[in-house]
Amino acid sequence: MKLTGAEIIIRTLIEQGTTDVFGYPGGQVINIYDALYKYKDEINHILTAHEQGAAHAADGYSRATGKVGVCIATSGPGATNLVTGIATAMLDSIPMVAVTGNVPCSLIGKDSFQEIDITGITLPITKHNYFVNRIEDLAPSIREAFQIAKSGRPGPVLIDVPKDVQVATYEYEPQPIVPKIPLPKADEELIEEAVKLISESKRPYIYIGGGAAGLGMGKDIIDLANKIDACIGCSFMGLSAVPDGCDRFLGMQGMHGHFASSMAQKHADLIIGVGVRFSDRATGNVAKFAKGTKILQLDPDFAEINKNVNVDLGIVADVYDSFTRIAKKVEESKKPEWVARVESLKEKEEAIAAKAAKMAGDRMTPKQVFDVINKYKLPRTIITTDVGQHQMWAAQYSKFDTTRRFVSSGGLGTMGFGLGAAMGARVATNDPTILITGDGSFGMNLNELATAVTYNIPLVIVLANNGVLGMVRQWQNLFFGKRFSNTVLERKTDFVKLAEAFGAVGMRANTIGEFEEAFKKALTINGPVVIDTLIDKDEFVLPMLPPGGSIDDIIVEKGGDNNG
Amino acid sequence: MAKDNKFVIAVYVDNKFGVLTRVTSMFTRRGFNIDALTVGETESPEYSRITISLSGDGYAKEQLINQLRKLFNVKKVEVLEEEEAIKRELALVKIKNNKDTRGDVLSAVEVYRAKVIDYTLDEMCVEITGDPSKIDAFIKLMIPYGIIEMCRTGIVALERGSGTLLSKNSSTGVLKK
Repeated sequence: MKLTGAEIIIRTLIEQGTTDVFGYPGGQVINIYDALYKYKDEINHILTAHEQGAAHAADGYSRATGKVGVCIATSGPGATNLVTGIATAMLDSIPMVAVTGNVPCSLIGKDSFQEIDITGITLPITKHNYFVNRIEDLAPSIREAFQIAKSGRPGPVLIDVPKDVQVATYEYEPQPIVPKIPLPKADEELIEEAVKLISESKRPYIYIGGGAAGLGMGKDIIDLANKIDACIGCSFMGLSAVPDGCDRFLGMQGMHGHFASSMAQKHADLIIGVGVRFSDRATGNVAKFAKGTKILQLDPDFAEINKNVNVDLGIVADVYDSFTRIAKKVEESKKPEWVARVESLKEKEEAIAAKAAKMAGDRMTPKQVFDVINKYKLPRTIITTDVGQHQMWAAQYSKFDTTRRFVSSGGLGTMGFGLGAAMGARVATNDPTILITGDGSFGMNLNELATAVTYNIPLVIVLANNGVLGMVRQWQNLFFGKRFSNTVLERKTDFVKLAEAFGAVGMRANTIGEFEEAFKKALTINGPVVIDTLIDKDEFVLPMLPPGGSIDDIIVEKGGDNNG
Repeated sequence: MAKDNKFVIAVYVDNKFGVLTRVTSMFTRRGFNIDALTVGETESPEYSRITISLSGDGYAKEQLINQLRKLFNVKKVEVLEEEEAIKRELALVKIKNNKDTRGDVLSAVEVYRAKVIDYTLDEMCVEITGDPSKIDAFIKLMIPYGIIEMCRTGIVALERGSGTLLSKNSSTGVLKK
């Protein structure tokens, strides 16, 4: 059948399994929106307040489900407003397809109204992108975009479609959902090599990242850990891959990681890296990272082997296949000394936490806030965050009952990510969704509160309000002689009234008791709720590896003594 | 620090609009510095072949190859090892022409099996083809006679023997040597 380009776009999105899209109309996508109107029974469009919110929503949609998130924006400013969102998805390897309109081909290159070279702009922040100037390439490009987005190491793909291509007509035949491009299976000798490394190890540490989380490998990882008496730690992106309650799981390691997790990694003689890229925030000073420790790395991306750290064996293949083959071949072994050593690290971590709690006195601490959240949150709750101190507290203290429950911008560290992403995650799953944010981050994209209210998307927004840009302030506190340059907000925003002005529910908590009441109440409200949670401006995220430092320089308590 | 070596990388890419930009943009983004780059048609109309010469340590070489492989339009990337590669470059060198040095220049042209392709009273233009080191040597020799202007094409290279780049298999792993 013959369809217009705009209809082909929407039909191909539907054909590829898209049920929800996030976007914002504009001059060069009117035709696409006309097609959306026509197919509104088959595809749900959510109008955001800003294109950046749409991009983050598509990203959150994808993180919570593994499906390809889709966003739409017009040419020029619409397209450039997607850029931060696309870059966020790129740095965390999130499958996403962004569709932008552009001026007609006859006006391309003439600095026409709202014309921008968005494929040029997004070249370094997409896995691939398309400028489709021939209608015959339109449906194949969209299908290929989905395939590229979800295959191998996932990532965002952008498709830019000039207006005349949207208007032109061409033959369209529906096709099945494109499969992922299969990754090669690892050579047998590499599997043998890996098994040998593991067999020789007396102190194994399984280190999982976003790759393992994306593949839902939690159970396989726990099984291997049990088989070889290994402990498990994760990178920031690996959170929620292994559900809490597994006593071998030590939590996140790295710059703000758990003491026991970072220390166990240091003391290990073998790190088994699964879908993890050894980012600078995870390793600290790479020259001092894992000295004398062997590293086995399983990843779909060749470029990640020996990029940040040198490994002893890198297997670049289907990660799930390699992992399960290795796990099957490895012989069961008991390592009581290692288990006992890890236990003593956990005890030390608990002692540090107990001391910090004692020192806190009566004030409401972030730890207490998360204790309340963990106590009352419903099954399958998704925790989304913005970026800063609250994000690290969320990473340290949140409990997850299943995979894909932690939605946060790791690689790019995008303040303003949270609200859009939370909406996307909630729309995608219909699972309870909590946004942990700060007054700085929330200020960046709080316009999306309008969207959440309009579509009545239930979200509990815990706004850790300390009146400062806490993470930068923490650095200023520790490394810049308490010169608090531009990190004291001194704004007069009343977040309760602000929530109400948007049509949401606003509450305030000055004490942990008030927070507990507010949080319990928020869970019963069918719509967005903002809990303005007042915390001290000089709370620290601890432990912390100082910039350029290694695990030996870990700061575990205020005053900064070295307990490593 | 590992020491820098010169090496040549051959890349098969889709013969499509914008592919060269994707490749060069990646170099900028990842901080690779290139000595020379050539691009042209191949035996297949579907593909173009890019030949890149650059200097770097082993890390740069490995990263460059792996980052290239990730680009969707890149079909094959191989390092052409010194002993296995046939490398050629062409240079045009415009040299001052005067009666005192003319004889020396012309005998050098003959020794290097170069060709004079333009000749006027005050300049001559020489075309020279060969291994880049031969061209380097010729240029060095011509400096005292006065080089007015010159340009080099950059290296094109093929592997010796009947094999092709596209038919090579890639391993699924990296083991520390």
